[in-house]
Amino acid sequence: MLTRNHLFTGAAALVALSLGGPAGAQEPIKIGELNSYKVFSAFLEPYKKGWEMAVEEINASGGVLGRKIEIVSRDDNGNPGDAVRAAEELLSSQKVAFLIGTFPSNVGLAVADFAKQRKTLFIAAEPLTDKIVWEAGNAYTFRLRTSTYMQTAMLIADAVKLNKKRWAIVYPNYEYGQSATAAFKKLLSAKQPGVEFVTEQAPPLGKIDAGAVAQALADAKPEAIFSSLFGADLAKFVREGQQRGVFKGVEVFNLLAGEPEYLDPLKEEAPEGWYVTGYPWSEIKTPEHAKFLAAYQAKYKDYPRLGSVVGYSTVMSAVAAIKKTGSLDQYKLITAMSGLQHMTPFGNVTYRALDHQSTMGAYVGRIAVKDGKGYMKDWRFVDGKDALPSDEEVRKMRPAN
Amino acid sequence: MSLPSILIQLLNGLASASSLFLVSAGLSLIFGVTRIVNFAHGSLYMLGLYGAYSLIEALGRTPLGFWSAVILAALVVGLVGVAIEVLVLRRIYRAPELFQLLATFAVVLVIKDVALFAWGPEDLVGPRAPGFGSVEILGKRIPAYDLLLIAIGPVVLGVMRLLLKRTRWGALVRAATQDREMVGALGVDQARLFTSVFFVGAVLAGLGGALQIPREPANLDLDLAVIADAFVVTVVGGLGSLGGAFLAAILIALAKAFCIGIGTVHLFGTEIVFSKLTLVVEFVIMGVVLVLRPYGLRGKKPATPRTSGEIAPALTSPRWQVAACWMVLFLVVPLLGDRYVVVLLTDIACFALFAASLHFIMGPAGMVSFGHAAYFGLGAYAAALLFKRAGLPMEAALLLAPFCAGLFAVVYGWFCVRLSGVYLAMLTLAFAQISWSIVFQWDSFTDGSNGIVGIWPSAWLSDKSVYYYMTLALCGIGIVFLWRVLFSPFGYVLRAGRDSPLRAEALGIDVRSFQWAAFVLAGMLAGLAGAAFAFSKGSISPSSVSIGQSTDGLVMVLLGGVETLTGPVVGAALFTWLRDELARDTQSWRAVLGLVILLIVLLFPQGLVGGLKALIGRWREARA
Repeated sequence: MLTRNHLFTGAAALVALSLGGPAGAQEPIKIGELNSYKVFSAFLEPYKKGWEMAVEEINASGGVLGRKIEIVSRDDNGNPGDAVRAAEELLSSQKVAFLIGTFPSNVGLAVADFAKQRKTLFIAAEPLTDKIVWEAGNAYTFRLRTSTYMQTAMLIADAVKLNKKRWAIVYPNYEYGQSATAAFKKLLSAKQPGVEFVTEQAPPLGKIDAGAVAQALADAKPEAIFSSLFGADLAKFVREGQQRGVFKGVEVFNLLAGEPEYLDPLKEEAPEGWYVTGYPWSEIKTPEHAKFLAAYQAKYKDYPRLGSVVGYSTVMSAVAAIKKTGSLDQYKLITAMSGLQHMTPFGNVTYRALDHQSTMGAYVGRIAVKDGKGYMKDWRFVDGKDALPSDEEVRKMRPAN
Repeated sequence: MSLPSILIQLLNGLASASSLFLVSAGLSLIFGVTRIVNFAHGSLYMLGLYGAYSLIEALGRTPLGFWSAVILAALVVGLVGVAIEVLVLRRIYRAPELFQLLATFAVVLVIKDVALFAWGPEDLVGPRAPGFGSVEILGKRIPAYDLLLIAIGPVVLGVMRLLLKRTRWGALVRAATQDREMVGALGVDQARLFTSVFFVGAVLAGLGGALQIPREPANLDLDLAVIADAFVVTVVGGLGSLGGAFLAAILIALAKAFCIGIGTVHLFGTEIVFSKLTLVVEFVIMGVVLVLRPYGLRGKKPATPRTSGEIAPALTSPRWQVAACWMVLFLVVPLLGDRYVVVLLTDIACFALFAASLHFIMGPAGMVSFGHAAYFGLGAYAAALLFKRAGLPMEAALLLAPFCAGLFAVVYGWFCVRLSGVYLAMLTLAFAQISWSIVFQWDSFTDGSNGIVGIWPSAWLSDKSVYYYMTLALCGIGIVFLWRVLFSPFGYVLRAGRDSPLRAEALGIDVRSFQWAAFVLAGMLAGLAGAAFAFSKGSISPSSVSIGQSTDGLVMVLLGGVETLTGPVVGAALFTWLRDELARDTQSWRAVLGLVILLIVLLFPQGLVGGLKALIGRWREARA
């Protein structure tokens, strides 16, 4: 029988449906996430744990706009074609509010362009490429992680201080390594006129011929080396270089090498004295990080990697945007994202209205070994906002929205 | 480069050559005897590394622990090889040629996920070889272990030679490599011979991996990284020739070491970065070798196969009633399903044409291509570049792209049709990889590793359903055209050339020219598929030209059944749908996908459509 009560609920449901707003307390807010879990599993398994923990925390504290959040996650197979299809599935079939995630540059750029086409917010979690916010930036795409340019810029101060004249460079032969190298050469030449780049090696990603590369670098008699290798390539390079005495009396700078993902496998062979960007998780004492660390260790009985922080913070950004907007309207969401500020384990970050890059910082320090394990010593935190080029330069690079 | 540098790079090259040789020797041996292109050989190498790592941790980092771990790991991998042979491959030896490749592809997927599950995602850096420090040569230090590796290569070569020349087993292996049927006819137990060959081949792969533990962290990317290199070495050396494999391994490793050693050179005012060539140098070498010496450095022209083998069944075109049913279904689905179904169907349509074009040269024309993605990817890139750089309207770019892909097919095909069998397949792979590396590295033109973004269809096609109908029409016409051609005199000539090249020549048919034409036609239609694919995604990246894309095409064709007309289309649909479906909700989707493919392989050794046809045929007979 149709009672007044039934009618009322029905009407409420109708209203809720038409508004899609807070009234539908039972319906969780779905956010679409895609990443190359199987291709870059060393980084992305901790990343997944990070965002799962964030979701749990948010929902335990009552969710956002009175609704719980739900992440619908997809594996993009490290392939832009698959990623765009997965993104389409998330939007059309899963009806997610917007998109987050991605790891390699090419997938990030493809999804960013897709987001622009579909007029949907996309928070790129991981891709380091500078292009995603600059040359190929668009109104709908925001990027959380400290970019290649920023991480390189953070190391420049130390490089300039050493005042070495002869530099050798080694980088994985694809977007990330190429742009790190370009940024390094440009920044160092500007600060230290007369600097000489004596040799350059660009081994294919994952397939470095480490002995030959180390030897070729040594043959050029550099005073310092700038490297952007990571993963298996880095491990091979370190071992071959040490056995061949390549690093003796040579200062080495290596992007990312301080991240637990890439530093820990090296164990007691971690190259002492290298200048790196990374994540000294056991020594960061800020309250926001201590809270994150305690929660993570309690939940997973494991320590967080940098990926965990990125995964966690990406979801926090998404939630902050929804909270600030108060709805799921795309236009309002991207307006809210511009200039959005929120807390992460690395402190406050702001998504710059200028180029949609977050000001998430990174830790810069030197590698040391203790108890058969590598760690970062003499580290300092560099705020992302201090490692970006001038607004004028950014405006020149970024197309008008 | 100074003299000491040259010497050191020489030693580096020789040390890298050793492991490469071990893996390739195993591959060569297995192929020689069983004619199986063992795609899982790289996975065996990877298991060797992981196994050695775990065993060293268990046995202790002492010299005894290290060396027993290396040997044990190799033996365990040998047993894995036996398991693969006994459980999977033995059941499908009678399947059409190359079908076993599909099975080994599935094994790759399964092993990768098993390794991820067993050893976790992080790279595992093994210990240095205990007792091996560095030695100084001409004022430069190199790891003593490298010198040991340099010695191991020739030692293994010598041992294998002895085994092959002096033992009964070796005699059987050599006999089977030359004429498998004859060996069988003489009463040799083939099953046992094959199993033993698989064991030895797998041990070599495992040993190659285990010996790398002081030089290379165990990681999940090794399988595919190694398999391509091993194929190249095997083919450059000449299939079945261990000495050739040794020579080729040295040639390729040295070339790489010297590309790195030479570094950046300024020639006539342009800067040439030799170290970037390491990406492609082995494929360039393979291309050159195959063009100059069609059977590799030390390979012999294979004996002309007897025609007693089963000839592929005649192709039958689908009945128009059935075709009409499908057409109606394809037209109606978008009206019923949601937007995503349309997107998935668009992908399937593109891949169906891609697979059908591969089948066209691979099945009826008898030219297996391992590098068909070249034409798919170059078509896609041509469309993107015509649209973005040349500023052509999207429709024009889409329709011109196949001709660009066709141009490449004209050039590549001219070389390829001069070869046959696996040599031909590997030359197509060489061209595909060379194309890939150019696309990957030419930043100023192709946007390099990032790929080209912002290539969306025109406004009238921007609706996904409309785009789907257009793709369906284009790809449908392409597929039907290919099918039609197969029943034209041209198609019959191709089949004649495949089944009996000698008789066809005797009839005055210029088989090579016809094959060339078929190659170009297939390339054009693959290019059309690629162009349609590019505009449906809005972006295109080098992965569309990669080995992975080529392999996907092969898997689709084989899954559906290479001896049927509709098989490739069904295979494309099934593979695309399965991967999409599994990747969505399954944690270990790769392993599950591998197991599903294995199941299909074992149940339908003729491919899905071939198997179903056989079933229906049997059912009809039973009723009659």
